[in-house]
Amino acid sequence: MTTEGASEPLASTRSFGQRSMWVDVLGLLSLVGVLVALYLALLWAPTEAVMGDIQRIFYFHMPSAWVALGPAFTVAFVCSIIYLVKRDLRYDRIAAASAEIGVMFTTITLVTGPIWARPIWGAYWTWDPRLTTTLVLWFIYVAYLMLRASSAPGHKRARLSSVFAIVGFVDVPVVFMSIRWWRTIHPLLISGKGMSLDPSMEFVLMFSLGVFTLLYVYLLIVRVRQEDLKSRVDRLRQQLLMR
Amino acid sequence: MTTLPAIRVRGLWKYFGHFAALRGLDLDVEAGRFLTIFGPNGAGKTTLMKVLSTQSGASEGSVVVGGVELPRGAGELRRRIGVISHNTYLYPQLSAYENLVFYGRMYQVPDLRDRAMSLLEEVGLVGRMDDRVATFSRGMEQRLSIARALLHQPDLMFLDEPYTGLDQHASRMLRDVLETLHTGERTIVLTTHNLEQGLEMCDDVAIQVRGRMVYREPIESVDRASFEQTYFDYVGKEFRWDS
Amino acid sequence: MGFLSRSWAIAQKDIVAELRTRETVISMLLFGFLVILIFNFGIEPGLREENLVKPGVLWAAFTFAGILGLNRSFAQEKENDCLQGLLLCPVDRAVIYLGKFFGNLVFTAIMGVVVFIFFSVLYNVDLVGALLPMVLILLLASVGFSSVGTLFSSVSVGLKTRDVLLSILLFPVMVPVILAAAKSSARVLDGDGLGAGSLWLGLLVVYDVVFLAISVMVFDYTVEE
Repeated sequence: MTTEGASEPLASTRSFGQRSMWVDVLGLLSLVGVLVALYLALLWAPTEAVMGDIQRIFYFHMPSAWVALGPAFTVAFVCSIIYLVKRDLRYDRIAAASAEIGVMFTTITLVTGPIWARPIWGAYWTWDPRLTTTLVLWFIYVAYLMLRASSAPGHKRARLSSVFAIVGFVDVPVVFMSIRWWRTIHPLLISGKGMSLDPSMEFVLMFSLGVFTLLYVYLLIVRVRQEDLKSRVDRLRQQLLMR
Repeated sequence: MTTLPAIRVRGLWKYFGHFAALRGLDLDVEAGRFLTIFGPNGAGKTTLMKVLSTQSGASEGSVVVGGVELPRGAGELRRRIGVISHNTYLYPQLSAYENLVFYGRMYQVPDLRDRAMSLLEEVGLVGRMDDRVATFSRGMEQRLSIARALLHQPDLMFLDEPYTGLDQHASRMLRDVLETLHTGERTIVLTTHNLEQGLEMCDDVAIQVRGRMVYREPIESVDRASFEQTYFDYVGKEFRWDS
Repeated sequence: MGFLSRSWAIAQKDIVAELRTRETVISMLLFGFLVILIFNFGIEPGLREENLVKPGVLWAAFTFAGILGLNRSFAQEKENDCLQGLLLCPVDRAVIYLGKFFGNLVFTAIMGVVVFIFFSVLYNVDLVGALLPMVLILLLASVGFSSVGTLFSSVSVGLKTRDVLLSILLFPVMVPVILAAAKSSARVLDGDGLGAGSLWLGLLVVYDVVFLAISVMVFDYTVEE
């Protein structure tokens, strides 16, 4: 059992609290990247022959899904484990920030998907394994944020939400598997396959993936820095009260 | 023979969020002594008792109880400690006897039936042993909780505000039981804010204010007549922040 | 062997306390019956798809009624601060988790079987043929439900919005259990027997084992102070 590292020394968050040059550079890069990605996706990329312009939403849909399901929730899971081992609240803050961003990108995925699906599949929603898993995932991580919102900051909240983050993450592949079995037993009438990518489309997609990942990293740093500062302010206020 | 104190605490800090309930507290209690800790509400007495009785982990500092270092030795120590608090830890839907048998099973007490019966006799509850605790008066409940704490014959006792809510008859009974426990073989720590009851049978007196011990004397050198003034001097001096 | 016998002592104490008041089990059953009743009004009788909808009704009732028991599980340990008394005992935290889990499992499984019998009467299910395989499915689903449910009950018990929060935490994580249980019981209700849904039973077993193990491992963190 590790003792809960108590008061973090003030110095530990100081360096993180200060504005640093490279974070601003990263932010600027993300901004430019997003603008370029917008241009590439909406104007530069050729119009898809069958689906038409609506297909362009795919350049944002897919990268959002990647950021959420890939780095965002994985970082939340890994940092939750590290927190329970090390009892350093910094990792809890990283986990929370990453989950928050993950929920945001999952929401984008869930909104852009149906916009594309309506004209192409003829329905906003189908109980396709990927869609359904994404929806369940969204519920799991919104629950994680609700859990955090109903508890005061500190080690107790960190412990409880880490436990939930671990169980929730392990559940994801099981959810996916069960839903896939469910859908393969009932034949799928409509399928999302059949989209072969032209090299220039592939380039736009790759570019967009890179930009979204960069944006994730930037948002994560900013969000963690905010939380670090908030925690430092709370601590200073408490020290003032005790004086 | 033993030169080791029963309790040895150095630089104990305990945080809840950023609030420090214990602030660098030191404490030594020799084996076999009875220490009473006085302190106003919010002084951190309950927090200290929880740390000493393995219910709560220290944020910083070293805690050795009964020669066992906490939190590492918590599992081993639990066999040897008895806790009586203002909460009784009794299940209201179970009878007095069932409560004792349940806890006895958890402690793996040998000859459990006989042990439970003799304790019920000691606290004067044999006549009500098959009644549900929910039907008990506060005084009877507290008497039963004394029996519960003594089931496994602990050599360290922690009593956290045990007099809370007791009528005179029940307080007297509790005092009599404590007297029989105070044999010189058992280390006892009692917290209270009631000066009269606290001074009655202890060997040592301490005052805790704002998460620190500010006063510590053997009972022989305490002038009972002026102790009230001494207490309010310490509390008043340190306590202006809380009002 | 002290490990299991002491876990059982905890479950036994919960069961005895419940037999005294019957509060939890009765409210679980009534709630389960009501869910079936309400759902019934949404389904057109004699509909061709009625058979497809039926298992969904049963498992919705199971889930909603089951959560009531979990809400009580750790809440009753807060009366008189009993949880602290339990944590003071010289037992591994896994013993406490398993004890609470056994208790919840008993309540959930009994509720499941009784709700199923009620359901089978209202929906003209061949009770004699379906009962045994359904009991097996209900038991496997109850293990999955109670394992994670006991853990999350301990997570949510100290928090402001305890009861609502527990549902929000538990339901999404329960998706595989409910799905597998609904699919395998659909086979049984269609008269195909257990074998036809063996894939789903396998999933239930895997889920039970994996999440029981994880819960035992992390329970400690939810009761630390």
